[in-house]
Amino acid sequence: MFYREAGQFKTSYQADQALFPIRQDQIGIVLILLAAYLAVPLLASDFVIDSILTPVLVFSLAAIGLNLLTGYTGLLSLGTGGFMGVGAFACYKLATFFPGINIVVLILCSGFVSAAAGIVFGLPSLRIKGFYLAVATLAAQFFLSWCFIRIPWLYNYNVSASIEVPTRTLLGIPVTGPTATPTTRYLIVLTIVAVMTWAASNLIHGRIGRTWMAVRDMDIAAELIGIRLYPTKLLAFAVSSFYCGVAGAMLVFLYLGNAESESFSINQSFLVLFMVIIGGLGSLLGSFFGAALILGLPIMLRAAKEASGIPMTSATLEHLNFMVLGTLIILFLIAEPAGLARLWQIGKQKLRVWPFPY
Amino acid sequence: MHLLYQIFIDPFVQMGTAPDLLAQTLWEGLVGGVLYALIALGFVLIFKASGVFNFAQGIMVVFAALTLVGLYDAGVPAFLALALTIVVMFGLAFLVERAVLRPLVNQPEIILFMATFGLTYILIGFGELVFGGDPKLMITEQLLLPGGSYNIPMLGGFVQMQKIDIAAAIIASLMVASLGVFFQKTRIGRALRAVADSHRAALSVGISLEYIWVVVWFAAGIVALATGIMWGARSNVSFALEIIALKALPVLILGGFTSIPGAIVGGVIIGVGEKLGEFYWGPLLGSGIESWLAYVIALIFLLFRPQGLFGERIIERV
Repeated sequence: MFYREAGQFKTSYQADQALFPIRQDQIGIVLILLAAYLAVPLLASDFVIDSILTPVLVFSLAAIGLNLLTGYTGLLSLGTGGFMGVGAFACYKLATFFPGINIVVLILCSGFVSAAAGIVFGLPSLRIKGFYLAVATLAAQFFLSWCFIRIPWLYNYNVSASIEVPTRTLLGIPVTGPTATPTTRYLIVLTIVAVMTWAASNLIHGRIGRTWMAVRDMDIAAELIGIRLYPTKLLAFAVSSFYCGVAGAMLVFLYLGNAESESFSINQSFLVLFMVIIGGLGSLLGSFFGAALILGLPIMLRAAKEASGIPMTSATLEHLNFMVLGTLIILFLIAEPAGLARLWQIGKQKLRVWPFPY
Repeated sequence: MHLLYQIFIDPFVQMGTAPDLLAQTLWEGLVGGVLYALIALGFVLIFKASGVFNFAQGIMVVFAALTLVGLYDAGVPAFLALALTIVVMFGLAFLVERAVLRPLVNQPEIILFMATFGLTYILIGFGELVFGGDPKLMITEQLLLPGGSYNIPMLGGFVQMQKIDIAAAIIASLMVASLGVFFQKTRIGRALRAVADSHRAALSVGISLEYIWVVVWFAAGIVALATGIMWGARSNVSFALEIIALKALPVLILGGFTSIPGAIVGGVIIGVGEKLGEFYWGPLLGSGIESWLAYVIALIFLLFRPQGLFGERIIERV
């Protein structure tokens, strides 16, 4: 009744291909952006902004990066954590070398370093496929993790082998480092994520995205219709690593404040893969859902524990957390293997025909 | 120039001047490789029969070992504990088939892979909840496994061989041999191979997939138990062992996902290569290269044979 596109005629190809072809969607996205930019900084507490919204946005971007590679190009990668780390350490080095350049520019630039790393480790992807490739990308993960520990140059010969974020300002307001307020950091993250999601969406809807999907669906057939496999796959690796790298740099500079090799371990790769699969392979929106669910789950469990009032040690809670997370992953996969994005689509379809069943 | 000397000449000079040290390194690599091969074997069994890339194999190793030690600590005699652990592994296989595999039949491989991740989490949480997170000692003596070591004079020096390592090598070979016989000669083995070839064709000739899956996961559970005992005897039993599952993955891609001999040969290549690399070339790069060297070795092999050394040829059709 409310969500019906009847009467909205498209008169040009351009209108038909728009990112949000339905008017209700356009209104919706404007409302969401308004809420994110105005309502959240005004109404939400620092705790909510700093420990829920910022990490969810950062990890959403990482999940989008992995989704471009795994969901859209069909190349399974377990090296996400490593590529995020490349972004973070590159940003740290760039901030050391160029203290005068704006930090936001540096965060975006560090994505290019990460993209270069992605291309190098994507090289075997033409010959190696499927799970063999997944294991091959683990080589990237372990090699990069090792580099973050063993190459002291990366962390400026710091004794603790960790990187500390320096204070940098934007228009006179500190945006990184200990003096930056959660709200400022949140707004920067939100802007970067929004712009990059928009870019990703355009990429997917264009020629490049279509070649990626053709490769995903069947690479030999894609080759036969004239898609050059190698450049296509390498481009997917590059763009995906770019997104992951920016996410990694944001994770350290705008959320954690300091980091070491352990922050970009294999577990981080798995976490992002969970987000992608639970959110929905091949869906940008799903990446946001997945990140929110996976990061929100521990917080909800803690809240549930406090609400129930059952005395529990934090270790027990941690173990229960693991079990619940595992069970939920399996249940989600059984209930909806296509992910949360599919549920969203079903919901929209129901809304479209409401009050009739179909 | 100096660097080239260090890379290409110096390690071989070292090997030549101290052959006993080389023999020791090779032996350690071999034993490590056999243990990697055991984990890879569990992966291969499940992948062959159900096409599931079972990430939980590593945690099944830890879980089996913990159950065994936990039961013994609770006062159960050693061999009864062993038998009970086997029963627990059967229960696990049954539950996995019922709760995970059956509802997810016909889903894409990546979904099943993710489901085994979920299983990993459940087992980690459950294991730590029940048995605690502290490292435990493996009950080697109570299971009549030998301790101590032989010092064998060889090549002008001594090579130390732990008895438990020799036992591990023997048990691993026995296990591979019996699995080979099981696959080739028995009725169930033939059914397993049929399922591996094609689920649909196997169903059409009346093979029950559910039954086969329970059998395979049970077999993988027993392999996991043996692996857990052997690894536990070398170090403590704790969830840190989980990391060895990641070590077994390069073995798997090197040998091929579908080949039992491949798992063994791959394990030995990786084990020996890793030890040699760490010992002779490691100091050049700083220590800790073990963590990725195995992957690099496997990658080099893969570039020439994308399906692994013994994997089935990948035939692609449009």
